[in-house]
Amino acid sequence: MKTFLIRRLLAAIPLIIVVTFVTKALLVASPGNYLTNIRLNPSISPDYVKRMEQLYHLDSNNVFERYWYWFWPAVQGDFGYSLTKSAPVWSLIGQRVLNTLLLTGSALVFSWVFAIPLGMLAAVYRNRWLDKVIGFISFFGLSIPSVFFSLLMILFAAKTGLFPAGGIHDQVMWEVMTPWQKLVDTGWHLVLPMIVLGTIGMAQYVRQMRSEMIETLSQDYIRTARAKGLSEWRVLTRHALGNAINPLVTLFGFSVSTLLAGALLTEYVFGWPGLGLLVFDALSDKDEPLVMASVVMLVLMLVIGSLIADALLAIIDPRIRLE
Amino acid sequence: MSDALKKNDQRVVLPSNEGANSGALALADDARAATRRGRSPSQLIWLKLRRNRTAMIGLYTLVTMYGAAVLAGFIAPYSYDSARHDLSFHQPMLTQIHLLDEQGRLSWPFVYGIIPVDPQLASYRYDTSAKYPIRFLVRGDSYRILWIIGSNVHLFGVDEPGHLYLFGADQIGQDIFSRILYGAQISLSIGIIGIVISTIIGMIVGGVAGYFGGATDFALMRTVEVLLALPSLYFILILRQLFGTGMSSTQIYVNIVVILAFIGWATEARVIRGMVLSLKEQEYAIAARAMGFSNWRIIVRHILPNTMSFVIVTATLSVPFYILGEVALSFLGVGIQPPEASWGNMLTAAQNNRQLNDFPWVLIPGVFIFIAVMAWNFLGDGLRDATDPRTLS
Repeated sequence: MKTFLIRRLLAAIPLIIVVTFVTKALLVASPGNYLTNIRLNPSISPDYVKRMEQLYHLDSNNVFERYWYWFWPAVQGDFGYSLTKSAPVWSLIGQRVLNTLLLTGSALVFSWVFAIPLGMLAAVYRNRWLDKVIGFISFFGLSIPSVFFSLLMILFAAKTGLFPAGGIHDQVMWEVMTPWQKLVDTGWHLVLPMIVLGTIGMAQYVRQMRSEMIETLSQDYIRTARAKGLSEWRVLTRHALGNAINPLVTLFGFSVSTLLAGALLTEYVFGWPGLGLLVFDALSDKDEPLVMASVVMLVLMLVIGSLIADALLAIIDPRIRLE
Repeated sequence: MSDALKKNDQRVVLPSNEGANSGALALADDARAATRRGRSPSQLIWLKLRRNRTAMIGLYTLVTMYGAAVLAGFIAPYSYDSARHDLSFHQPMLTQIHLLDEQGRLSWPFVYGIIPVDPQLASYRYDTSAKYPIRFLVRGDSYRILWIIGSNVHLFGVDEPGHLYLFGADQIGQDIFSRILYGAQISLSIGIIGIVISTIIGMIVGGVAGYFGGATDFALMRTVEVLLALPSLYFILILRQLFGTGMSSTQIYVNIVVILAFIGWATEARVIRGMVLSLKEQEYAIAARAMGFSNWRIIVRHILPNTMSFVIVTATLSVPFYILGEVALSFLGVGIQPPEASWGNMLTAAQNNRQLNDFPWVLIPGVFIFIAVMAWNFLGDGLRDATDPRTLS
């Protein structure tokens, strides 16, 4: 297990290098940079712009040179200062990553908690009305655009007043809240974006779970278990579920990227201050150090996500060895 | 000689053609039986598809939507950019089409003239003395269908100065109904064009990597893995940044299609490679090689056609990726720019909480995105069942 983890993390290094290099190359190749707008400001002297240009190494159009100026300090742990927010990028990213993890993590939990029972029910009541209803729900989740779903949720929140219509916490009262109130407040703000992101992910899992379960229920060992006189509940939870769930874990590894992409749109619509929103703003401002550091974080999250999926698979399925 | 060889080649290929991989053997047997009855495998698939109700609902919905998109200029009462700034955010008039006149007598459907009270608040009065009957084949804004047929006759509409907002108006008083039809041209066509491009790339790369193996395979598959590992939407955003804004709407359209296809081909390439790996060991492929055909010919004529049913199913199920990609980009403001209409940029109006709350009809384009994506999923699911050899009866 340990060697597997180490090997996988080491394998992520070339991936990070390739992705950051491509990102840098695209940033260098795109017209204009952070200083383009500043240069147009008559109250800022050209000398100052020139100095800034040298300071941030924006004066060269050589991709390799520019990449090296980012890469070498980054290897030593210095990811630089954000150009627009004049703060070390890590101080900006840290909280954002936590927020994104909170959103995507709870969405994942949401989709698993609902997908497994729904998928099992659909398989057990195959081709009956319950199966059809669940099938429709999963088609709904599969087809609804996250932008549209988020907007519907905000409309719902605004019309009923049951939930806040965006943001991560109360703007006014946050400062005077006790830790417990803060927790409740954040959770309350989390509900709607979590449902949006979770429903979309859930749809895939339900369909997968249903077809795996149907496959599993036709196996000989299920008949044996029933013949032994076990209760149907025990057959389903002890004998079928464990075997049917493996492909779901694999699917989870693949869907981390979709989840992060979905998070970008959900964060944008709900004004949830996560990594997605940060990258989007940084890209519009051409804040290169911030974009680069965020890209590193994104790739890391993806790699760790699929790593967790593989490790989980090894834990729940003794047939799989990770060496 | 070459003719004889061709015939021979076909005789060798046809029977084993469908038996490409073990799973398709059943299909092959069935197909052979069907051929005896005079039905080709594609006819069989079509017969199975026709029995699948949800798939047919999807197919009919798509035919309707794409048909409406082509005829957008004719069906829409107004042009996508004809604005009435004094009628900002007018509410949908579906419920304001009257069938009874003031005396309560049944009459031809009509609407009343609109008098702006305070356009800032979208508050309007109706002039009951000015009745505008809804007429068919009225003259209005000029348009072109498929860049060729120019006209100014619309399916329905009301005479000026009356105005008909079936689904309401947006901020500058443009008709949302008309813009949805014009937006369909962009949002729906991106799906088709994108999938065609990425399928072609995916088939070529997958075919080459699987057939030649070795270093070619290694290099191509590492590229595919990097593309699959990237969080696609972020990468698409970075690519859009690269080309900047200041582009014409056609350029942006082409740009978006190319970027989405550039990201989208990887999945297809990977699976096709896997299929090609097993297909190239089949007797007919070996026979074709023994006959001295060029590698290119073997890949394109003998191996890739056997991946076709898989390719069609994946392609159908991937169309939503392109439609949603355009929606996401346009919604984020880096896609299709107003006044051009796309379903994504029409939803941008709803990003403003006050507008969303007071004028919820700005969300209507979202319903159409939802329906289109659902229809593609229905059709793709049906196709997958129809091409699955295990379910062939």
